[in-house]
Amino acid sequence: MYPTKYHKPASIEDAIAALGGGDDAMVLAGGQTLLATMKQHLASPSDLVDIRAIEGLSGIAVRGGSLTIGAATTHAEVAGSGDVREQCAALAALASGIGDPAVRNMGTIGGSIANNDPAADYPAALLALGATIITNKREIAADDFFTGLFTTALDEGEIIVAVNVSAPTKAAYAKFDQPASRFALVGVFVANGASGVRVAVTGAGEDGVFRHAGLEAALSADWSGSAVDGVDVAADGLMSDMHAGADYRANLIKVMAKRAVSASA
Amino acid sequence: MTKVNMNVNGKAVSGDVPDETLLSQFLRETLRLTGTHIGCDTSQCGACVVHVNGQAVKSCSTLAVSLDGADVMTIEGLANGELHPMQAAFNDNHGLQCGFCTPGMIMSGVDMVARYKAEGKDLTSDAIRAELEGNICRCTGYHNIVKSIEDAAAKM
Ligand SMILES: Cc1cc2nc3c(=O)[nH]c(=O)nc-3n(C[C@H](O)[C@H](O)[C@H](O)COP(=O)(O)OP(=O)(O)OC[C@H]3O[C@@H](n4cnc5c(N)ncnc54)[C@H](O)[C@@H]3O)c2cc1C
Ligand code: FES
Ligand code: FES
Repeated sequence: MYPTKYHKPASIEDAIAALGGGDDAMVLAGGQTLLATMKQHLASPSDLVDIRAIEGLSGIAVRGGSLTIGAATTHAEVAGSGDVREQCAALAALASGIGDPAVRNMGTIGGSIANNDPAADYPAALLALGATIITNKREIAADDFFTGLFTTALDEGEIIVAVNVSAPTKAAYAKFDQPASRFALVGVFVANGASGVRVAVTGAGEDGVFRHAGLEAALSADWSGSAVDGVDVAADGLMSDMHAGADYRANLIKVMAKRAVSASA
Repeated sequence: MTKVNMNVNGKAVSGDVPDETLLSQFLRETLRLTGTHIGCDTSQCGACVVHVNGQAVKSCSTLAVSLDGADVMTIEGLANGELHPMQAAFNDNHGLQCGFCTPGMIMSGVDMVARYKAEGKDLTSDAIRAELEGNICRCTGYHNIVKSIEDAAAKM
């Protein structure tokens, strides 16, 4: 790795100052993406600002059917949380399927959504649940947050503090693992709640995570696996790579949507 | 350079290291604890798994300086006069061939047994296979690795 300078601020204010201090400073959370990227010389931040010692950035709180998850909360903590299981079991199940136990012990929800890998799991959940992403300076709706491959609405030096989701009436996530990386070859999160029926797809879109209007319309009319049969899922705009072609992914979207609806509770 | 203090295998240690030093480098190069192996550059193989404050962590994907004050346990710290039951089980069940992945397998094995026991869950062979998602064996001796962990779980 190239040399870097490590900072461990105790407050958001100090973190913002440290981010502004270096020529190319970056936030460090679990490091499960960033450090691997640095080892491969694909990133060479002048400074790393570790946000894990900032008070209040990690942990889960429930208030009247709404879950607030701190940005530095690990995948293992979300997977193991009784509050998350009660309010949104699908989210706990999704977290328990990210990577492997050691990755889940370190990787965080904030790091996952800030990175917005087109095959990551959390972006599908937050988009389908109509989550709000809370940063040090504003609140961003999930619909506006995920803006493309590895890109988000975050400004330079902006830090995610927490995400907020309202408990859905029914929700589930179905993931078809890419056999080598175990990221999603296709993952579909279906949610039925206060903001209606929302279906988000990860692993498939050329521009990253997206909502599928056809599936949402069909499931709004009839929340059942068979309602998916009549939906036309086009291969346009879907990724093709050595693991799967766009047409294969289009078919998998329907299969995963059906599985998710059937499993939803 | 930053001074790091840790408790490794029950002993207080310290070192002056560049900030970009990975825990795996700190263990292997500064402390000369070479039982922790490096098998990949992509955080995927699990040969480097150690326990940090009681949790399984990939030491190749963690900065040493971020762990000031932490308790770290490596494969060298497991045996206590005699082999740990997990080590003995790998020996008894032919759970290793070349042995390269073994330190990580054993540290992951000890972690999963402890977690399942604490949660009162049954660590079935299917569960062991799922738990070993992040540990790759280049010799592909998975059947005996699973058998070893099952055997150790019964004795731990
Ligand atoms: C072997 C392996 C398997 C994996 N499998 C999966 C999988 O199946 N599904 C999946 O979804 N992911 C998977 N991941 C990725 C994993 O979930 C990462 O933990 C996650 O993508 C990044 O989170 P992190 O906390 O480690 O962030 P870091 O690596 O520390 O940071 C990632 C990026 O986010 C930025 N960042 C971090 N926190 C914040 C914040 N609060 N505000 C603003 N910016 C921030 C950083 O600057 C950096 O650019 C896997 C990773 C590995 C190594
Ligand atoms: S060396 Fe750490 S995962 Fe391969
Ligand atoms: S025993 Fe050789 S890599 Fe696993």
